[in-house]
Amino acid sequence: MASANPLSWWRGFLALPNDNLAKTLGVAFLVALICSLLVSITAVALKPLRDANRLADSAAHITGMLEILGAGLPDTHFVDLATGAYVDHDPGTRTDLPEERDLAGLGSREDVATVFELRDGGKLKLVILPVRGTGYQSTLKGYLALEADLNTVAALSFYAQEETPGLGARIAESAWQALWPGKRLADAEDVIRIEVVKGAGAGVHQVDGISGATRTGTGITNLMRFWLGPDGYGPYLQRLRKEAGR
Amino acid sequence: MTELLLRAVFTDNLALAYFLGMCTFLAVSRHLETAFGLGLAIIVVETITVPVNHLLFAGMLGPGALAWLGLGDVDLSFLALIASIGVIAATVQILEMVLDRHFPKLYRSLGVYLPLITVNCAILGASLFMIERRYTFYESAVYGFASGVGWALAIWALAALRERVEESRVPQGLRGLGLAFMLTGFMSMGFAVFGGLKFG
Amino acid sequence: MSDRLRTLIDPILVANPVTLQVLGICSALAVTTSLATALVMSAALIFVLTLSSGVISLIRNHIPRSIRLIVQITIIASLVIVVDQMLQAYLFAMSKRLSVFVGLIVSNCIVLGRAEGFAMHNRPGASLLDAIGNGLGYALILAAIGTVRELLGAGTLMGFTVLPTTAHGGWFTPWGLMALPPSAFFLLGLLVWAVRAIRPEQAEPLRESPDVEAPR
Repeated sequence: MASANPLSWWRGFLALPNDNLAKTLGVAFLVALICSLLVSITAVALKPLRDANRLADSAAHITGMLEILGAGLPDTHFVDLATGAYVDHDPGTRTDLPEERDLAGLGSREDVATVFELRDGGKLKLVILPVRGTGYQSTLKGYLALEADLNTVAALSFYAQEETPGLGARIAESAWQALWPGKRLADAEDVIRIEVVKGAGAGVHQVDGISGATRTGTGITNLMRFWLGPDGYGPYLQRLRKEAGR
Repeated sequence: MTELLLRAVFTDNLALAYFLGMCTFLAVSRHLETAFGLGLAIIVVETITVPVNHLLFAGMLGPGALAWLGLGDVDLSFLALIASIGVIAATVQILEMVLDRHFPKLYRSLGVYLPLITVNCAILGASLFMIERRYTFYESAVYGFASGVGWALAIWALAALRERVEESRVPQGLRGLGLAFMLTGFMSMGFAVFGGLKFG
Repeated sequence: MSDRLRTLIDPILVANPVTLQVLGICSALAVTTSLATALVMSAALIFVLTLSSGVISLIRNHIPRSIRLIVQITIIASLVIVVDQMLQAYLFAMSKRLSVFVGLIVSNCIVLGRAEGFAMHNRPGASLLDAIGNGLGYALILAAIGTVRELLGAGTLMGFTVLPTTAHGGWFTPWGLMALPPSAFFLLGLLVWAVRAIRPEQAEPLRESPDVEAPR
């Protein structure tokens, strides 16, 4: 029996002609094995860093808003949107939205969302909800901050949008965002009435639109309706209200 | 859906707005006949690969996709790149065999450009965008078809233009490649105009 | 000039992969809206190009012909995934701006072109030099276009204000076109024109007799 020493076996393998079937399969297998090891090890090793970056990224956007509100650091919570309950991690799964319920033009929405709460000694003071929806020609992404009554807007800001510069893009300006604090989301019968109107708004449920940017304004109205409704944060806000005894 | 289709063909045109597939775009746009054949091949490959890659991502690689195997916590999305390429390479290989058997003239005129579709950024790019934007299956099919049509339209238009200017008196340094870039730039501006359309 | 040095330097100016061989433009143009993204993209490409050319050159004598292309693509794709993961881990903001274009390095004509055209037929040492040279040539073009587009489109360079814009009380009105795709095409066309004017041997000849009746 010739020496079954692995080195000479390896040399024998390398000496095979390249179009030999065994060699072809062998090379293919080895390349696949080494590449998949390399890729998997990198992916697994760097996953904690990547996840931390993603979380920090979404948190970074609200610091601007927190400065406006003069608030401290909020607590971050994962919320299951269907039940409104806290969960301990985000599996990243999504649910498709049928057209009649997809008010904000999202196609699908994540099952678990990240929300931010500011509590003072256990009592809820501020809730900050990430919201997004289709505007005129881009996806609008922003944060909606609600006061403790969960019906009054504390602030609304958009950190990402690619609407028409000078028109729809003005929703990113502080002058327009200053129109929102104090507006009420729902009326006495708990019907969501908040909307961006064409021209000047009248009353606590209407916000002045930007002239020439009606469709951007409609997009904002739609995304508010979606995220405050049963497919968005509705169940979560209801649970918070129940806890506060309302 | 119409909006997605029209956006993918015109305002989000893979060649003119995102610069994808430029190598083949510039190399094959010298003659309308080859450009026509290549455009058709691109449409076919896109329409097949984007929805198939969606199924692969939704069923196996995406976060929580393996829940049907009881492995709901596993996230293999980092393999999406190489899996997409596998699907594309296989599709192009099959297309080559079909063309060779049933449309030999087209197969010969496309020559070396057919296997090059495998590494065409536009094909891979469409699948990567589809994953990034989390399209549904139906949307992926529409997006694949529309982005292929958009790319094909762009190369047909450029080929027609280049055949015309081939005999024009153009400064020597600008001839050929330089002029092709300029023409593409103007076309890009032209297609961007569609962004002002209202889709219902 | 020694052979080795020539292998390294040639692709930067004389045989630039982008302007002469029209390779690798896909990812080149989309990421040139700012100099920073152009440089990070170039670094990612040089990383993938160098390692893939090196590895392919090492195993070039043992790759069966029938699986040659897919083996090259597998190696390149794996390196691209690694680079993408590293960007997401260490330069997250940049990776968001580059989005899918880092992934598209796998179909970048330069990487495959050098793997097939050079690394398969040359020793690892020379292949590494060729890869770095081509990568630097690519980086040069990207940096040039990125500089012009960022400077004229936003008045900044690497994020630092160079030309104060009117929106911030300055005098410079940014050229909106520079932020849009067509500008990259125009700039590249002008660049190719400039290169071919300096080195006329790279220009294309005029067709002597026009094709009145195209052959059918």
